[in-house]
Amino acid sequence: MTERVATTPGLFPLPDRAKQQLSDLKGHQKGDLISGSEGGQIAAAYEEYRGEVIAEQQSTGLDRIVEGQLRWDDMLAHPLTTHDNVSAKGIVRYYDNNNFYRDPVVEGDLTFSGDVAGELDAATALLEEGDALQATLPGPYSLFDLATDEHYGDDAEFFEAVAEFLGGEVEAFPDHETLFLLEPSLVENAPDEDHQEQLAEAVDAVASETDADVVVHTYFGALDEKTYAHLMDADVEALGFDLVAGDREDTLSNITEFGTKDAAALGIADGQNTLVESAETLDERVAWFEDQIPVQEFDRLYLSTNTEPFYLPVNKHREKLAAIAAAANTDEEEVTA
Amino acid sequence: MSRPADNRAQFRPEDHPNDHFLLTTVVGSYPKPKWLNRADELVDDEESKFDEDDLKEAHDDAARVITHEHERCGLDTVVDGEVRRNEMVEFFADRIDGYEFNGPVKVWGHNYFDKPSVSAEVSYDEPWLVEEFEFTDSVATHPVKVPITGPYTLGNWAFNEAYDTEEELVYELADLVNIEVERLVEAGAKYIQIDEPALATTPDDHAIVGEALDRIVSGIPEEVRIGLHVCYGDYSRIYPELNDYPIDEFDIELCNGGYEQIDVLTEPEFVPDLALGVVDVHTAEVETVEEIKENIKQGLKVVPPERLTISPDCGLKLLPRDVAYGKMENMVQATREVEAELDAGEIDLDEPLPLAE
Repeated sequence: MTERVATTPGLFPLPDRAKQQLSDLKGHQKGDLISGSEGGQIAAAYEEYRGEVIAEQQSTGLDRIVEGQLRWDDMLAHPLTTHDNVSAKGIVRYYDNNNFYRDPVVEGDLTFSGDVAGELDAATALLEEGDALQATLPGPYSLFDLATDEHYGDDAEFFEAVAEFLGGEVEAFPDHETLFLLEPSLVENAPDEDHQEQLAEAVDAVASETDADVVVHTYFGALDEKTYAHLMDADVEALGFDLVAGDREDTLSNITEFGTKDAAALGIADGQNTLVESAETLDERVAWFEDQIPVQEFDRLYLSTNTEPFYLPVNKHREKLAAIAAAANTDEEEVTA
Repeated sequence: MSRPADNRAQFRPEDHPNDHFLLTTVVGSYPKPKWLNRADELVDDEESKFDEDDLKEAHDDAARVITHEHERCGLDTVVDGEVRRNEMVEFFADRIDGYEFNGPVKVWGHNYFDKPSVSAEVSYDEPWLVEEFEFTDSVATHPVKVPITGPYTLGNWAFNEAYDTEEELVYELADLVNIEVERLVEAGAKYIQIDEPALATTPDDHAIVGEALDRIVSGIPEEVRIGLHVCYGDYSRIYPELNDYPIDEFDIELCNGGYEQIDVLTEPEFVPDLALGVVDVHTAEVETVEEIKENIKQGLKVVPPERLTISPDCGLKLLPRDVAYGKMENMVQATREVEAELDAGEIDLDEPLPLAE
């Protein structure tokens, strides 16, 4: 019997009230964005909205609760743009989107930061009995890909340093059930041969620092074969796939060719379109995936949007979370009926 | 193919001082007077007596002021500064049936965009710009250019819920833009500029933009000048394909990048007229007349003088107003000086600028 887990990659859109309030408190310019040292009214506002998005997930019935990553002004680059030895420089395009983040230029050793652990501590305090916390981080390759190195001087060394940095951050996390490592760069800017060789080791350097189930979630399309094959060497519970993207057949052939883990994460709701898929549609997408992989019964399937959901307006995001929660429960209802 | 029309001469002022004529224009937007921003907010304030009629009057006043400001700079063709428009997609999405708004989404940091959703088939309801054009035309003594956000950008910068593919949506929108251009032409418009900034971010879709342009110009008389504005792109990705676009003029920024890409446009031969950005809209320093003259000569590497239009890189709306004015004034003066030098045979058209060392 496959367990279905309703979850999200994290990086929520800010509640509309927060957009205005935080913009007034912080300002509109590059230098006004989160540096990790905020306090006073700004910190208080984030605390309030963190509570709001956690309460929302609780009432929607998600099986994993994320902190929401509302502070992540620079999206997946956040763990670096808040680091003391990193300067947040020019505004650069975020993948193939009409979104931008500050280029994190690494100018010194990537020592322990604790920024994300701090957020998760705050989230833990808001959990109710029975809630399962899910931590979210950029995967080591994506963070390496989003950053600029002006310190290590060698690509392989820099990649390793990013992975070790993330591992150190994870070690400081409070108890969490699941860790999602988001790896869109594996699709958008696939690793060359040298980085492919390093990939599994880099992922393991992060994953080995937690007892939680680790999911390496990929999106913006399918992985190329070689990258997929190397990623399979990583010691994690599940790989995540974008089933909304047009090239999902390529994902299937990767799985058919190289196998996959006993669990998988399925990006079944479009994180970049306001069209809200019904629970039935989402359920059909899960069933389609299972039908295409007949040789394997999964222990567990994590269901979520394909991408981070910050691209969406708040109302549509809420509706999508509700549909995902309902799709995860479809099977259970059928079984108990 | 590029439109075969020679429709530039109609914009030459009767009292033009030189034999050569480099058409001067603006991309469209201009800094709004501060009081207009206040007026836009005031109309939403329930405690204020300031109502929609007052706001319309304020918009008319602002349009008149900016149009005249363009004329004072000496521009050959003018725009009202797009003072009635809030944002280049929102303004049109608000007027096209099929779009809805669900709330702002992040662009970067705390900068948001009220990205609309196409939730049903798009259709033409009320005219979008005819009133705006008629007003500007009535207060202007110079010819008026009308910028319209193009169908590719209207489609690409929205959530597509209703169409199987974005391409299908873009073509439907192109047909609506065609209706609007027809109405503008009926109202007397002679110079239309289609703005497609989204093409710069997804240049692989250049063929979709081409097909959309074919639809837009369908049935539009050749004496109407059709421009296409794109900005901040890698032009090697859309050149020479853009030579096949049915346009009279291709308008780009290159000043911001120090004309690094100008050579891209020289081989093979550039087909439409070139409207070249010669002042940077991202720096608040007003370029000197001498600097701008050198920038204008960059354009002469691509097209001869009779096919060169002079323009700022992009809309000027983010600049302080006095800086925007200073840039336009110097741009026009530089253009007139280059024309005089061309008349006097002082510019070598085979080598308008010294070769790079």
